Amino acid sequence: MIQALETDPNLEMILGMGARAPSVPFERAEFVRADQNYSIVNRIVKATQVDTILHTFMVTSAGVSNRRVHEINVIGTMNLLAAAGASGSSVRHIVVKSSTLVYGSSARDPNTFAEDTPRSAPAAHSIERALVEAESLVRDFSEDNPGTLVTVLRFANVLGPHRTTAISRSLSRPLCPSIFGFDPLLQFVEEDDVVRSLLHVTRGGIPGLYNVAGEGRLPWSEVAGICGTRLVPLSPYSPLKIHPLARLFDLPPELGDLLRYGRGVDTRRFAATGFSYRATSAGAVQSFIRAKRVRRATGRTPTAYTYEHDVEQFFRHSPSVTGPAGS
Amino acid sequence: MTDRRAARTDEKPSTAVVPIRVPSGRDDALEDPRLSDVDEWGRSERFRALARTLYEPVYSKWFRVRWEGLEKIPDEGGALLVANHAGAIPSDAPVIMHGIEKELGRPVYGLADYFFRTVPVVGTLWARGGGVSARPANAYRLLKEQGQLVLDFPEGTKGPSKSFTDRYQLRRFGRGGFVEIAMRAGVPVIPIAVTGSEETMPVVFRIPAVAKLLGLPYFPVTANLIALGPLGVLVPFPAKFTLRVLDPVSFDVPPDQERYSRSRVMDEAERIRTLIQECVYDMLGSRRSVWFG
Repeated sequence: MIQALETDPNLEMILGMGARAPSVPFERAEFVRADQNYSIVNRIVKATQVDTILHTFMVTSAGVSNRRVHEINVIGTMNLLAAAGASGSSVRHIVVKSSTLVYGSSARDPNTFAEDTPRSAPAAHSIERALVEAESLVRDFSEDNPGTLVTVLRFANVLGPHRTTAISRSLSRPLCPSIFGFDPLLQFVEEDDVVRSLLHVTRGGIPGLYNVAGEGRLPWSEVAGICGTRLVPLSPYSPLKIHPLARLFDLPPELGDLLRYGRGVDTRRFAATGFSYRATSAGAVQSFIRAKRVRRATGRTPTAYTYEHDVEQFFRHSPSVTGPAGS
Repeated sequence: MTDRRAARTDEKPSTAVVPIRVPSGRDDALEDPRLSDVDEWGRSERFRALARTLYEPVYSKWFRVRWEGLEKIPDEGGALLVANHAGAIPSDAPVIMHGIEKELGRPVYGLADYFFRTVPVVGTLWARGGGVSARPANAYRLLKEQGQLVLDFPEGTKGPSKSFTDRYQLRRFGRGGFVEIAMRAGVPVIPIAVTGSEETMPVVFRIPAVAKLLGLPYFPVTANLIALGPLGVLVPFPAKFTLRVLDPVSFDVPPDQERYSRSRVMDEAERIRTLIQECVYDMLGSRRSVWFG
């Protein structure tokens, strides 16, 4: 994300924050390490007078304990909004990355969720609860601060060459869980489209609540087909709350619902802002599995050129470089 | 050095000396590698073609379906079909869906209780074949935005679960939700009266305790079950089906309102129920035989 922002010459300063050091080097952005609930964000906002905050740290895929999900999503958002809403705050625009998990997944769901469709059942899983709560904090914030633009993007399941989620982990194994007798329809969004949509709303200063998902819906069996993995049907009925096979596949509970009933969202509102997707749902699955196959065969991620500090320093400062670099 | 670097920054969006790939416009759009033909409603045309082929003999040989007034169903545009619902495992839904598709070449989206979705295999096959769960948002999307024919049984599970002694006595038409949806979508309601359905799978009595245990809406013991044993779950009796399409009912109200008059909605629902009920009596009056019509 920051790498993409860096290419915009109109931006004066870019500041990244995260609980972990960034995995890719930056050209000109600065980076501050924070603890998991971003308690220092208030001081940073005051000190730097930033005008736009991209709030992308929320956990939208399990693999983290319930407690940490709450700390990161709810308390982290609370701290961030507190900083942005402090008196004399310079923040004009907040972009929040959320997930279509806030709609849940149940048999009573409508076929398609629009942005203002309520959930059909109360949130049962910690990650959904945390996201719903975080979004309600954002909603309160936007009511209290009418002068600040607030954008919330709800992303469908993200797939792509780099990101690892519970779904991508399942799909990269030779055997992949499904629930017997169910073949739900799912929507996906490609990694690049996530970054592009965040850039789109940030640059355009577009406020509002939007679903972001690739065109088309795929049955789970077809997703597995594209990935070349074999589906293992798990029993739909379990006398125990804990499903031994689901644990074997480390299937998070919210995915158990998704693999029964799926989820569809209406993406027309976001398309109306002028955004065009690079990948359809099926395209996102394909992009993910292609990268996965290359990685499996060569042991490395296929990428175009990434920023390498030493090389850049060499091209910029070595007296032996005479012609245009990179040739 | 410094000069050249400044010049380069102007040309290139990236300040890196060697360009970094940044997601850009959609000129590099990825392909869309679909494998199946399942659409956003979960329907698969291939599956539907197969189901039509398999169901055709049941439709024309077993039930020997006869339609009256089929021309009242429009060739295009959305319309909400409502019919009386009967038989423990109702055959009227597939008969109407198959019949209209065969005679008019238009697909019909059958609304069913969301309970169907929770049943493994059955729920998936129902969706692949053209079933949709009965949510107002689904009906609105189909009728208004996609201009499709939607089939609804306003009696819900109260229709099929009633005993054989109550045959052809239409139950309450829900809470009039179907009228409200038709008003909101600005489409007519087309009532259809069905006879023959009650005799395909008569409910002798019900066991509520078993229904509760299995989490079913009702657990009927049918005449088929008594006559044929477990096979009776699958095999309906070959009663002659007659379906009569009534005149479309239009509501003179603006679409897409937040709310509609409750009393108007209830009145219209009751009026449509009465229309179908009277038509059913009329058809039963002229029926000489349950099996031969």
